[in-house]
Parts: sequence; structure tokens; C-alpha cells
Amino acid sequence: MAVTCQCGGERTRKLEALLDRYRGQPQALIQVLHQAQEIYGYLPREVLKKVSLALNVPLSQVYGVVSFYSFFTIHPKGRHRISVCKGTACYVRGAEQLLEHLREELRIKPGETTADGEFSLEVVRCLGACGLGPVIMVDEDVHARVMPERIPDILSAYRS
Amino acid sequence: MSLINITIDGRPVQVPPGTTILEAARKAGVKIPTLCYLEELSVIGACRLCLVQVEGARTLVAACVAQAGEGMVVHTNTPAVRQARRVNLELILSNHPRECLTCLRNTNCELQRLAAELGVDQVRFEGEMSPYGVDDSSPALVRDPRKCVLCRRCVAVCSEVQGVSAIAVQERGFDTVVAPAFLAPLGEVSCVNCGQCSLVCPTAAIHERDQTAEVWAALADPEKHVVVQTAPAVRVSVGEMFGLEPGSIVTGKLVAALRRLGFDRVFDTDFAADLTIMEEANEFIHRLQNGGPLPLITSCSPGWIKFIEHFYPQLLPNLSTCKSPQQMFGALAKTYYAQRAGIDPAKIFVVSIMPCTAKKFEARRPEMRASGYWDVDVVLTTRELGRMIKQAGFDFASLPEEDYDEPLGISTGAGAIFGATGGVMEAALRTAYELLTGATLLSLDFEEVRGLKGIKEAVVGVNGCEVRVAVANGLDNARKVLDTVINGEKEYHFIEIMACPGGCIGGGGQPIPTNRETRARRVAAIYQVDRQLPLRKSHENPAVQALYREFLGKPSGHKSHELLHTHYTPRERF
Ligand code: SF4
Ligand code: SF4
Ligand code: SF4
Ligand code: FES
Repeated sequence: MAVTCQCGGERTRKLEALLDRYRGQPQALIQVLHQAQEIYGYLPREVLKKVSLALNVPLSQVYGVVSFYSFFTIHPKGRHRISVCKGTACYVRGAEQLLEHLREELRIKPGETTADGEFSLEVVRCLGACGLGPVIMVDEDVHARVMPERIPDILSAYRS
Repeated sequence: MSLINITIDGRPVQVPPGTTILEAARKAGVKIPTLCYLEELSVIGACRLCLVQVEGARTLVAACVAQAGEGMVVHTNTPAVRQARRVNLELILSNHPRECLTCLRNTNCELQRLAAELGVDQVRFEGEMSPYGVDDSSPALVRDPRKCVLCRRCVAVCSEVQGVSAIAVQERGFDTVVAPAFLAPLGEVSCVNCGQCSLVCPTAAIHERDQTAEVWAALADPEKHVVVQTAPAVRVSVGEMFGLEPGSIVTGKLVAALRRLGFDRVFDTDFAADLTIMEEANEFIHRLQNGGPLPLITSCSPGWIKFIEHFYPQLLPNLSTCKSPQQMFGALAKTYYAQRAGIDPAKIFVVSIMPCTAKKFEARRPEMRASGYWDVDVVLTTRELGRMIKQAGFDFASLPEEDYDEPLGISTGAGAIFGATGGVMEAALRTAYELLTGATLLSLDFEEVRGLKGIKEAVVGVNGCEVRVAVANGLDNARKVLDTVINGEKEYHFIEIMACPGGCIGGGGQPIPTNRETRARRVAAIYQVDRQLPLRKSHENPAVQALYREFLGKPSGHKSHELLHTHYTPRERF
């Protein structure tokens, strides 16, 4: 599997360079986690362990920071990204129930990815389509005025 | 440095700058309730139960955080203060499972006590309960996040005192929980089972694994011959469970209580401690004369053993191969004692009473089956034994004084001081010195290695050579000592390390509270036990001498290696 190896190697190199830059600097934790997430798209366990060792911050505290801030994720992104808008307008028009349905349908919480790697779910503040609420985005597509009953149809269009 | 004048409830107090209102109040003899505050370790100002009124301030202030200012006038007992504290406690109780009647900490719980003291007579808010279940993956400790008030005292101890940081605050908002990284079970991470977290936890959110039921069952089984050993530190602490002063020496009552509980033989870990010294002093002399590896590091604290396996595996060759006294005792109970008493070892059930939660883990290490059985069947902490005695209904304070059974109940002062930091070192020096020089020690008291200081050093002249020793208690102190050894800053011949602050008297299984004061008083009691014993050197213990004569041969001999020595396992960092 030469392809994945190369890709893994590239990321590992970038991570090592990052860790070298901040070695022994516990105060740089959030910054390093940000950049590590940029490299991998998420924060894998092994990466967090390396960050812990390099910055000299106990793993429990590293995970404490990761699990506190919503912009960090320890789950790889799915093939399709679902964003549910919870801006005020969408919220008033039923974004909460929509999210509840998506959670049930996909059996994941926001920030997680389905077991088959197909979908990841996230909550965003405002997609700027307030007149069309409630709104969800799947990858680049905006779905307007989504009623919970439509969710299965919308999802199946993306399933590979 | 000029002092600050402050008035608390009409009483003038003078304190140095930087003193908090809480500290000033304590000095003035005014009691302010606290929950999240942990002296010297953790001040996070989260629980707001320590609110007081400061004249001129717009809102009530948290006394544990706010500093005393010149001319400040503080009121700790106004209707507004009492009301605010009560509401804050009500909020904390709103998502607490109020099951005190069936709780391990019933009658010894800070939250329960505060509810009584602040006069909470209703809980008007019904919060949602914690989404996390009980974690009983660890052989030593149980986490119950439902009962956690998020005071973070355990987190502070685990990281600042123990340098382990197995647990931290995870997630946020309603999901906030104190747990290991990735919310992993405690039994699967580098927690060393020291139990210091369970000592500082104000509630039952983290507590020892209770195994009293297993011991009651064994005692009730007529087929079993149940023997018990008591660690040195238990005799100076268990009395506290029954309202006696910290540091009360209750050896004889302890023996009487155990006999009345139905143990067939009541033996003493101090005997095995003397034996440990025979083996370890010989190991030390051997390493000293044969090129190491030095420093030799003691191996009787199982929290420390797991710590070195996780964090300093490169130093494992320096560890003494001696098992801890508890495990030496177990191995001998099912071999030497079984033979002498003519009892089938399969029928012998060994119970240890230990000040320590990590001993529960130690007893289940796969290598601890030298006798062909589990050498130790069940380990109870001091707290668990206290509960058994209460369940039996004994009036502990009025029990008579009784003596241990022979032969595994005979011990010296050297065995007794194992219970305090510096004690193993001192006991080993008493024996090693006399073995090396052939001379009799003029003074048995190695004062430099005694006391509650985190790191102690001494130089002992032996045959014209200087033997350099170090003693550390608390694993963060152990870290500091090991780092100076690794980077070559210091060279020692012999290092004693105890995982818990103060040594075993401050162990994670000891009565709650265990704090600076109780530790100091228990240490004083340990040395008093030593002073009062006719024999104070391990090599003079007649029962140990007989054991070598009749059974083991000589220290470090073949049989010793089979039964009394062990090996270690490097473990992953996380
Ligand atoms: S932890 Fe304390 S307050 Fe909570 S149930 Fe147990 S005894 Fe009661
Ligand atoms: S037992 Fe010791 S190492 Fe484990 S969590 Fe508690 S304080 Fe930390
Ligand atoms: S487990 Fe105990 S000590 Fe730790 S935060 Fe919870 S209540 Fe406090
Ligand atoms: S004790 Fe002061 S805020 Fe908790």
C-alpha cells in the first residue's frame, strides 16, 4: 500500500517538525493541537500521545483540552460532512428537532462520524441562509426548510 | 514585612500580606465552610460555600480565594451569607444521588456534613444526574462520577503530589467529568493505585474497592483456616475510625478485635518487614561489594513499583528484587507456616490489613503465586477493617490488649518503622551497618532520614566508606530524586521511596481525614512503638533467625529467591 504509506509519512514528518518546534513548551498546547488537527483533519489518539510527550503535558490534561473545545475532534471526518445550522433563525424554526432526528438516524453525536465512515455530523452557528431555515449543509449543498421526515431521503442521495 | 490588620466577626487579626480571608479566619478561630478548597494544593473557588461578606464589596466573596486587605471588615455569619451558602449547596445537591444511607462514606462525608451544618432542609432544584456510570475496572479503586462534585481535589493530588496525572477534568458543561484521558477506565491507564485521590475526595466519588464481603465469607467457612497480617501503619491509625486521637497506639486492641472477628491466627507484617530487611540488607551489601547496580532502590511500596514500571522503566535493574513484606508474608504463610502447623495450604486463606489501596493490585500481580496459590487472598484497607469492626458491634476502645500469635507475629522496632517514610532505610542501615562492620551501633536513631520532609538525604560512615542515601515520599518527590540520579547530578548508594506522603501512615487506605496533622501524629506514634520494643534490629528477631535455621537456609539463598524475591514488568507510559 505505497500510497497510504507516503501520505502517512508526509503527515508524520509534518507532525514531527511541529513537535520539534514546540518541544518542552506546555503553554503551546492549544496551538500545537490546532496545527496537528490541520495536518490530520482530526486528532488521532497516537498523535495526542506524541503531543503529550513532546510538550511535557500529561495525556489526561491534553485530552481535557481536546474534549473541552468544540473545534477539536478525535473522530476522523466522514466522506460526507453534515452541518446543522443552529443560528437563531434556524433554531426558532426547529433546528433542535432536526438535529435530534439526525442523531437518531445516524446514531452519532455532533462531532462524531458514523461507524461506516460515511457521514460526520456537526453543529454550526449560522450558515447565512436565515430566510431558508431550518438549514443543513451536506458537503457543499445547502438543503433549505428541511422537515425531519425528509432526512432519510436526503441522506440516501449521498450514500455510496 | 508589615502585617495586615483585618477584622473578622468583630475580632481583629493580623496576618502577613497574601493571606486569604479563609486563612485569616482560621487564625482568628472563625470557622468558614469549604468544599473544593484543599489546603496548600488546590484553590479553584468553584463551590462558593465559603462566601463571606466584606464591608464595601458589592457581592459576597469566596473566602478561600479573596485576600485579606488592610482595614478589611469581614462578616461570616449574616443572614445573606447563610442563605447564599445554602442555595449554593442546594445547587450542588440538585444532581447528587442522595443515597447516604447506603453509601460507603455515610457518616464520613464532607458533603453530607456540610448539608447538616449549613442547615439545608430541602433541595428545590432537580438537576439531571451524571450521564457516566460507575467505573470498577481498577483492582484498587472505584470511581462513581454520579457522586462527584467536581471539586478537583483528586486531580490536584494526582498531579501535584503524585506526579502521575492519571485523571483530569474532561469534557465540558453538563458532560464534565473527572476521568482519565479518552474517558478510559481507571484500571487501564497509568494510575498507580496509590489511593491518595480517595483520601482527599470529600464524597464517595472515588473510593477503595470494598472487599469486606469476601473476608466475611472466608471467616464463615469452616473449611478455611483464615490468617491475618497487620501492616505497621495500621496500629497507629485504626483507632481514629472509632474516635480515638490520631496517633493512638492500639496494637493490642487491634489484635483482640481481629481474634474476635474470627481469624484463626493473628500475625504481624512487622515480622515480614524484619525478614525483608535481612534480604534487602544482604542484597545491598552484595551490590556494594560486587559493582552494583547502584543505587539500590527499595521495593516495598506497590504504588511506587507501578510508577517506576510506567515512568522510569530504565531504572528497573536498580530496584531491589525483594518482595514487599505483605507478599513475603503470604508466601511464607502457605509454605513455612502451613508445614509447621500441618495444615493443607489449599485451605489457608491469607488476609492482609493494609494502609494501602495499591496492595490490592500488588496481591493480584501474576508473579505473586510463589506458594503455588495466591500468596495473599484478600487485602483490606484500614478503612475496610474499621467497617468490619463496626459491623461486628465491638466497642473498640474498651477491647483488651492481646498479643500476636507465634511465630509470624514476632517482630522488632525495625519492622515497625517500615510504616513511616525513612523507616525502611533506617531499619536497613541498622542491620547493614552491623553486618558490614561487625560492630554494634552506638545509636540506633538515624534522625536525618526521619520526618515528613519530601526528600531527605544522609551520609553514613561505614568501615571508612561514605554510604550516601536518599529518602523520598510522594511520587512527585520520587521523580525529582530519580531525575537527579539520571542526569548525574547526584550519586547515591541506596534510595528509599514510598509512594504516599509520609509513607504508609499516610497511605491511600488510611482513615479519613489523613492530612498533615494526622500524618505527623501517626509518625510520632510509629517511632514510639520502635522505642518501646525490646529488640530494635531485624537481625536480632529470634523468629526470623529460626525461620532461616529451619526453613530458608541463608539470606539470598536458593529458597529465599524462590519465595521472597520477584521481578518487574516495564509498562507503557499511558
Ligand atoms: S457521597 Fe456523601 S452525600 Fe453523597 S450519597 Fe454518599 S454519603 Fe451521601
Ligand atoms: S490512585 Fe493515585 S495515581 Fe491513581 S488516580 Fe488516584 S491519585 Fe492518581
Ligand atoms: S472525584 Fe471526588 S475529589 Fe475528585 S473532583 Fe470528584 S468529588 Fe472532587
Ligand atoms: S471552598 Fe471556596 S469556593 Fe469552594
